[in-house]
Amino acid sequence: MYRYDEFDATLVGERVAQFRGQVERRLSGELSEDQFKPLRLMNGLYLQLHAYMLRVAIPYGTLSSLQMRKLAHVARKYDKGYGHFTTRQNIQYNWPALVDVPDILDDLAEAEMHAIQTSGNCIRNVTSDQFAGAAADEVEDPRIWCEVIRQWSTFHPEFTFLPRKFKIAVTASQNDRAAIRLHDIGLRIYTNDAGEVGFEVIVGGGLGRTPYIGHTIREFLPKKHLLSYLEAVLRVYNLEGRRDNLYKARIKILVNAGGVEKFTDMVEAEWAAIRKSEIDLPAEEIERIRAYFAPPDFEALPAESAALEQKRKGDVAFARWLRVNTVAHKASGYAIVNISLKPVGGIPGDISDVQMEAVADLAAQYSQDEIRATHEQNLVLPHVKKDDLYAVWQALAAQDLATPNISLVSDIIACPGLDYCTLANTRSIPIAQRISERFADLEQQEDIGELKIKISGCINACGHHHVGHIGILGVDKKGEEFYQITLGGSGAEDASLGEIVGRGLSSGDAVSAVEKLVDYYRENRQDNERFIDTYRRLGADPFKEALYAAA
Amino acid sequence: MKAITGNRLSDGAVVYLRDDDQWTTQRSEAARFDDDDIAPVLSAAQLRVREIADAYIIDVSADGAPAGRTIIRETIRGAGPTVRGDLGLQAECCA
Amino acid sequence: MPLLKLFGSDFAPALEEPLQEVSLEDWCDNPQAHADATALVIENDIGVEHFAEDLSSFRIIILNFPTFKDGRAYSQARLLRERFGYTGEIRARGDVLRDQALFMVRCGFDAFEFADEDAAAATAALAEFSFAYQPAADRAEPVWRRRLDRPAAA
Repeated sequence: MYRYDEFDATLVGERVAQFRGQVERRLSGELSEDQFKPLRLMNGLYLQLHAYMLRVAIPYGTLSSLQMRKLAHVARKYDKGYGHFTTRQNIQYNWPALVDVPDILDDLAEAEMHAIQTSGNCIRNVTSDQFAGAAADEVEDPRIWCEVIRQWSTFHPEFTFLPRKFKIAVTASQNDRAAIRLHDIGLRIYTNDAGEVGFEVIVGGGLGRTPYIGHTIREFLPKKHLLSYLEAVLRVYNLEGRRDNLYKARIKILVNAGGVEKFTDMVEAEWAAIRKSEIDLPAEEIERIRAYFAPPDFEALPAESAALEQKRKGDVAFARWLRVNTVAHKASGYAIVNISLKPVGGIPGDISDVQMEAVADLAAQYSQDEIRATHEQNLVLPHVKKDDLYAVWQALAAQDLATPNISLVSDIIACPGLDYCTLANTRSIPIAQRISERFADLEQQEDIGELKIKISGCINACGHHHVGHIGILGVDKKGEEFYQITLGGSGAEDASLGEIVGRGLSSGDAVSAVEKLVDYYRENRQDNERFIDTYRRLGADPFKEALYAAA
Repeated sequence: MKAITGNRLSDGAVVYLRDDDQWTTQRSEAARFDDDDIAPVLSAAQLRVREIADAYIIDVSADGAPAGRTIIRETIRGAGPTVRGDLGLQAECCA
Repeated sequence: MPLLKLFGSDFAPALEEPLQEVSLEDWCDNPQAHADATALVIENDIGVEHFAEDLSSFRIIILNFPTFKDGRAYSQARLLRERFGYTGEIRARGDVLRDQALFMVRCGFDAFEFADEDAAAATAALAEFSFAYQPAADRAEPVWRRRLDRPAAA
């Protein structure tokens, strides 16, 4: 894992001191709320329905056990004993007092954490593959480049007042677990035909009011040019992006309004002018950062564990969890463990301070001290020996963290919705809870197979409903909550945008609608088709019919 | 009828303007105004920048409960998250 | 509307010298008619790259922040400084707060029409951060270079 040196530590500490001064100026009345708002947002502090909300960055989703303990400490000392993992590898606290926030940030800085640029119209926390450094299918560890981007983008003087927020995601696998085609910039590390490793640069993806799949504007960018190329993209966006209409200000609108070719030409022209400047890091600095991400010392282990096989045969529940929640690791004898934050009837992404401590304990004992946060609001222990899986499972189960439902129907992404969020039109969490209760039967869930349900409480689409296999969007109609279903979206390497089917439904009908859609799929699937595969083969019409026929 | 609400600056707590011009966390204590009378009250409240982060007008019924287009939002805001009955004002009232 | 200028790493009040201002559009239409202009005003929706080579005759270029949220002038200033070598004064006008001053200085601004800031507070704001990760128009040494220059650990 990356560790701060004196420069990183100084800058984060100075940022806290700066914000402490800004909070004092606000409390004294020297700053108005209008003046203070952008300053607090740049430090991750929102004002929500019931209280302030603090969003803390987990850069590219990687945490040590010490950092997880610090998150638990903040939840206990300053909040109400829990936190909420978001879809962007951040954690949110829902009840901090403004007067405490400088102290919270000081405490976080002790563990090399911060809330810098987790909001505002700037370059946000860079996200990545939660299996980075452990996945069998990756070209190299994408977090090296995430850290390069983190440093370049932190307090970037030119790009702190962009037209809108700006999100970058990096992956190094064919299997896209970072939703790179739905980011302002998505970077895919791959090996080209000449055997060189570089980036495919994808620009202009995004959800919200006007969803777009990103376009590839450069097939292959040599790694050493990453920062100068990003600077060129950002400069074109800063100068040319729309600022007259909040809803048309994201880079996706700029890219698509003038056409991808024109946008690409502007970027390439700008890049030609700056590519020889000092923006790109020298090889020594990249190697310095790379060294932090050297793989841990994996033991030489046989691929299969006898102890594991014995437990698997003897314990049906353990065997199910193994099938559903663990993933192949690149090192022999190891596995990647997914920790579900979606217990039946629970609040997606919520975790108590006690659970956080338990996860930290497990990471320290069994996972090379590493934890990951996923964009699907779960956690990961990336490096667990197969011999240890049974002990890990028991410890997780004792904390209600072993629900075997990763990527299944009850592994639902939901935004906080109107239970917390001041932008929301409707609630999201209760819908997720009811669907998960309706499909509580684990055997049935596993039979249904991969099914991504994503729920947003308003058109801003924080719950990614556009890319849900089944998406649910809450809409307010004269003070009543209604839910609109979309079908056929995907946020993975086969990215697609869902299609709206029919009229808005009441919350109860929306839950039943999911059941009808799932029933239709199970009756009509072929071979090993997932829900999304059957939908793509048959098209929207029969699903619509199934949905509304009996209603 | 109308009332004035906002979030307290120091901790973000939901507050309502009372008849004695003080802020209260109890919605039941909120002063109620006729629609025509509220504009100057809001203007005065918005000047109290050291007390509240914002202030705005909400619709209320004659008994003070939220009403109108933002009824769900203001009901949840006043009570606490519907998915966490143990948090927010709803927890205090029934404890 | 106090005018503060940057001297080294400090802000100091500057005399409000009377300026002959001309907008870029007016000047382009008829340069001769504005031969005595001393300050060029460039709105933030104009691509400076199309004009910049001819701007060295102006002692002052004024860039505009209609609101602090509108950050186009940061890019304009960097282009003027770094691409076109403009060495005169670049002045920030509009919604200019001390909380943005460091970013502006890093992008090449050296004079500020602050709404309501004193020189000491603005100077203190510039000193809030000891280092910068990335190079910009101020030629500050980026952190990676400082790391390379650091004596190797014993």
